[in-house]
Formats: sequence, C-alpha cells, structure tokens
Amino acid sequence: MSVQVWTWILVGITFSLYFGIAIWARAGSTKEFYVAGGNVSPLANGMATGADWMSAASFISMAGIISFIGYDGSVYLMGWTGGYVLLALLLAPYLRKFGKFTVPDFIGDRYYSNTARTVAVICALIVSFTYVAGQMRGVGIVFSQFLEVDINVGVIIGMTVVLVFAFLGGMKGITYTQVVQYCVLIFAFMVPAIFISFQMTGNPIPQLGMGAKGADGVYLLDKLDAMHTELGFKEYTSGSKSTWDVFAITMALMVGTAGLPHVIVRFFTVKKVKDARKSAGLALLLIAILYTAAPAVSVFARTNLIETVSNQSYSELPQWFKTWENTGLIAWADKNGDGKIQYVNGEALAGKKPEFIEERGAYGQRMIANASAETNELYVDRDIMVLANPEIANLPNWVIALVAAGGLAAALSTAAGLLLVISTSVSHDLIKKQLKPSISEKGELLAARISILFAVVIAGLFGIYPPGFVAAVVALAFGLAAASFFPAIIMGIFDKRMNKEGAIAGMIIGIVLMLFYMIRYKTGLIGVMDPRPASEWWFGTSPEGFGTIAMTVNFVVAMVVSRLTPAPPIEVQEIVEDIRIPSGAGEAGEAH
Amino acid sequence: MSTTEEKNKAKAYWRENLKYLVILLSIWFLVSCVFGIFLRETLNEIRLGGFKLGFWFAQQGSIYVFVILIFVYVRLMNKLDKKYGYED
Repeated sequence: MSVQVWTWILVGITFSLYFGIAIWARAGSTKEFYVAGGNVSPLANGMATGADWMSAASFISMAGIISFIGYDGSVYLMGWTGGYVLLALLLAPYLRKFGKFTVPDFIGDRYYSNTARTVAVICALIVSFTYVAGQMRGVGIVFSQFLEVDINVGVIIGMTVVLVFAFLGGMKGITYTQVVQYCVLIFAFMVPAIFISFQMTGNPIPQLGMGAKGADGVYLLDKLDAMHTELGFKEYTSGSKSTWDVFAITMALMVGTAGLPHVIVRFFTVKKVKDARKSAGLALLLIAILYTAAPAVSVFARTNLIETVSNQSYSELPQWFKTWENTGLIAWADKNGDGKIQYVNGEALAGKKPEFIEERGAYGQRMIANASAETNELYVDRDIMVLANPEIANLPNWVIALVAAGGLAAALSTAAGLLLVISTSVSHDLIKKQLKPSISEKGELLAARISILFAVVIAGLFGIYPPGFVAAVVALAFGLAAASFFPAIIMGIFDKRMNKEGAIAGMIIGIVLMLFYMIRYKTGLIGVMDPRPASEWWFGTSPEGFGTIAMTVNFVVAMVVSRLTPAPPIEVQEIVEDIRIPSGAGEAGEAH
Repeated sequence: MSTTEEKNKAKAYWRENLKYLVILLSIWFLVSCVFGIFLRETLNEIRLGGFKLGFWFAQQGSIYVFVILIFVYVRLMNKLDKKYGYED
C-alpha cells in the first residue's frame, strides 16, 4: 500500500477515536467542563498533561532544529523538561490545594483584587493565543505534506475536530482524548526512532544508540563532529551561542513552562494534593521518553543527511530528495556546475525561502531564482527532519504514515488545551467573576461553549492567514509566561507578606518589559520600525532569553512595592497558611 | 489540639518542606545549568562512551535527573504528610 493510503487509514482511525470519546465524555456541569469533574486518575492526568504540552513544535520541529544547531538545541531539552520540576515542586500541590478552576482565579483571590484578576486574564489570553496560532498552522502543514490537501483545508479540518471534542466535552472530553493522543504521538515518534537507531548502530534504544558506534566502528557523535568541522560548520557538540545566552534561554523556557496556564490548569483535575504531585512526576516521565529520544533522532538524521547528499551527484540521489524538492522544502542550486551537491556552512539562498522558476535544470532539478553568492548549494527546511526521516532511512510506508498521525495528535491536543484556557478565562474569570456574577451554571456553561467557538475561529484565521509575527512570537510565549505569571504565583504561595500592590506592579512591569524587548529586537512594529540587530541586545541576551531578565525584574519590583505598602488582610494570610498544608483539599471549585 | 499547637505544627511542617525544596532545587540547578551549561567545556574532556560528559548532561543526563527528582520529592512529601498527620 502507498504512503498516502496508509496515512488516510491511520488518520481516519485516530480521528474516529477522538470523535467517539467526545460523544462519550460530554460535560454536563461547569465543573466537568472546567476541570473534568475533578477526579481524573494521576496516570490519566499525566498522559493528558504530556499530550497537552508536547505540541506540534515538540513533535515536528524540535528534533529538526536540534539537528541543525547541535549543542545549542539543549536549551529546548533542558528548558521544557526542567520547568516540570519547578511546576511539580513549587506550584502544582499548592494550586491544587487552593482548589479553584483557573490561574486568574488564584491570582484574583490571593491578591484580593479584581484588577489583579483582570491583569492575569489578559496575560493568559496573550500567552494562549500566541501559542495556539502555531498549532493550527502545524495541523495545516501535516495535512498538506502527507495528504496533499490544501494547507487551508487542513486548518479547517483541524479546527472542526478540535471544536467537536472541546465544545461537547470541555476539559472532560479534552482530557480523555489527550490520553489517546499521548499514546498515538509517543508510538509515532518512537517507532521510527527505534528502527533508525537499530539500523545505524545496532542498538535499538535511541538514547543509547546516540552514544554508540556506527557500522564503521567510529562513535556517531565523533563522526558527526568531524564531518561538521570538515564542511565548515561549528562542531555539533559545541554549538555557537554564548554561555550566558544559553543559560538565559534555558531559564526563560523552564520558568515559562511552569507558568503556562494550560499546563497548570491540568493539576486542578485530580482529586488530592498527593495525586497532583504524583501526576506531575508521571507527566515528566512520559514526556522524557520523547525528550531523550529527540536529540538521538537529531544525530541520526543529521548524519544520514550529510552522508546521503554531501558531494553526491544529483542524478544518483534517492527518491525522497526529489519528493521533498517538489514540495519546496529542499532546494539545490548547482552553483559550480559540477552536478554534485556541495553542502557546507553558509546560506544557500538570498532570503529565507527558495523562489522556484518554471524550467528544470540540466539534471532535472528545480531551478531557483534566489541563489546566494556563497558556496553552499543546499537548502533544507528544518521541519522535514522528523517528517522525512523515516523515508531517508528507508522505513516501511506504514511507519511514514504513522508520523503524520502523530504530528496531528500533538498539534490537536495542545490546541484543545489552549482553547479551553481561553474560553475559561472569558466565561469564568470575566463573565462569572466580574461582569455578571448572578449568571446560572447553565448560562455559564453556554458562555464557555460560545467562547470556545469564537476562540477556534480566531485561532483558525491565524492558521490560514499567519501574520508574519506569529511564528516569531510562539517561542516568546514562554518568555511572556515567565515574565508575568510565574513570580506572582510563587510569591503568592511562598511570601505571606506579598500584597496586591506588589503583585500587580510586578506583573504589569514584567509583561510590558518583555513585550517591549520582543517588539524592539524580534518582531518590530509593522510599518513603523524594524527589529534592532543582535549587536544591540542588552547584556547580549536574545529576545528568547529575555524572559529571565523580565522575570527577575518582576520579582524585584513586587518585593520592593509590597514592603512599602500595607500587608495583605488577615483572611488572605490565612488562605496562604491553608494552601501550605496538603490535607483537606476538597474538590476543585468549592468555596473554602 | 489547641490552635497554637496546630499553628506550630504547621510551621514545622512548612520548614521541613522548604528544606527539601532547597536541596532538590540545588540538584536541579547543578545538573542543568552548572554541568550542562557553565562547566560543559571542562566536563567535555571526560568521556562517557561516545558522549562528551558536558554534552551528555545537557541533552540526556539532566532530563533523567529531573524525573528522579520529582519522584524523590513525591516520596519525601508523602512521608512528611504521614509524620504530621496531614495525609487525606
């Protein structure tokens, strides 16, 4: 059977599963809609958290990015897993004990202020929308690559699927679909990784294969370092970012992960504080399976790529090269006219994407209009490293199709979790808590469903018409979460003296500073100014790492302001004392 | 139990909890930021099979330690809850 038939079969089976669960897990109350009724088992919650949090970026892009930047890619590995330790130790148990539905709920009650609640809602919406737009695009890309449907049709199919299970089931529907999606995505990632590891090193465990010897008796990593040096790239295991910047980015990602509202809210769905702790551990264990295999996949893919194409004649290249060239994700310009591919350090193109012209070259290759003057002749899109890897390694068709189903599972599960946070922020934090407290439960449930509908449509529009800044901003969603939520929540638990003045000042200054830096050095303001160059970065910190600085500023401002203003009321201090003790957690949503 | 006793118990529990957090988070910082980032070049002199040690910590080792840390924390806290009678 062809890859395409296999893909339709696998995508069809997984999608029917998701629909089936959506119908089975319809939510009848706001509690079921917001926190799945509050009695999800720790293992199910761990799996759902894993799927929620491993996005299209983790599944499709991460291994590809690492394979091109080597050591520098460690920031994603350590950042996105290390954040879980913070989450498990500093946030999850206490927020579960606090027992409300959302992060703005905690901020609003702890800081006895609707202003604080509103600031938190706005931060949650900014973080979630920047993140969800990228997921929708991811769904579109998988559909167009594997099923040859138009990218926009892909986005619309994805929107419809998410809408069905989020609209009907709320958190309950999402949780149980995510459990299945976790299984699909981890299976889809590991099967090709195991195949390739065995093929290249004889060791089926990718985490070990990465440090093993290839068929020629040389350690894979040593060979890769040597090939990199020979072709003029930085050594794979050394990277090129400054030590400070690697640290800043890692920290921003760690703290940002811990501050992401769609991840935090997952810990409101378990029964007891004890379960919240355990569930964070299980979530990290399940995530670590993918996160330790991904850098191995990067090494295999990089070695395979260089060995297959470097200095080879175009006419003798395997079929996959030509397939991906036809999709525009690989391009070759025969600059020196020898018919062979020179792949060395440097940009092959002038501009980011190849601009193809109609005619074919002497060897049947697609001709491009924007070749650069540098020696490098090959352009490879980073995203294809995971998608094309099974083909590069000559794996059976069903394995290739599996990757498509896995990519879709990763993108859909994250999108669903984010959409729920957006709708909860609107229906619960804004409507119920501020605009119309008298609203009935039925009315609130309806409001939640209507806001999900709106959120899906907006997210879909972002996916279909991606404004240039979305892609750049997705990575920065973590910086925003780090700069705004994390300090306010931590101090709400660990500093009894922290008051509303301090927390609000910290959050506002943190997020404004982060937005300012992002706009100034990364995205620019369309039509007004272009982003400033890297040479002007503060302390050599990239925009991706700036969350670390903005977070520190948030902490300092909050501390200073809180000590100059009155202590929080006694009742609030009692709340803090109460959340520090695990017993008597009650069910989420009850008033204490 | 009187309320002062109840309060003192809660304080003692919180102090022990903070002690665990400081120890566990120090290890968290050590394996990722110190071994994986600041000292990586020194550690890269040491080999672990095909891996340079600093590189291994950054892309593999730190993640394994993170998982262990959370489970150690879960165990410690469950014991602590029992000791103070806070388990549900």
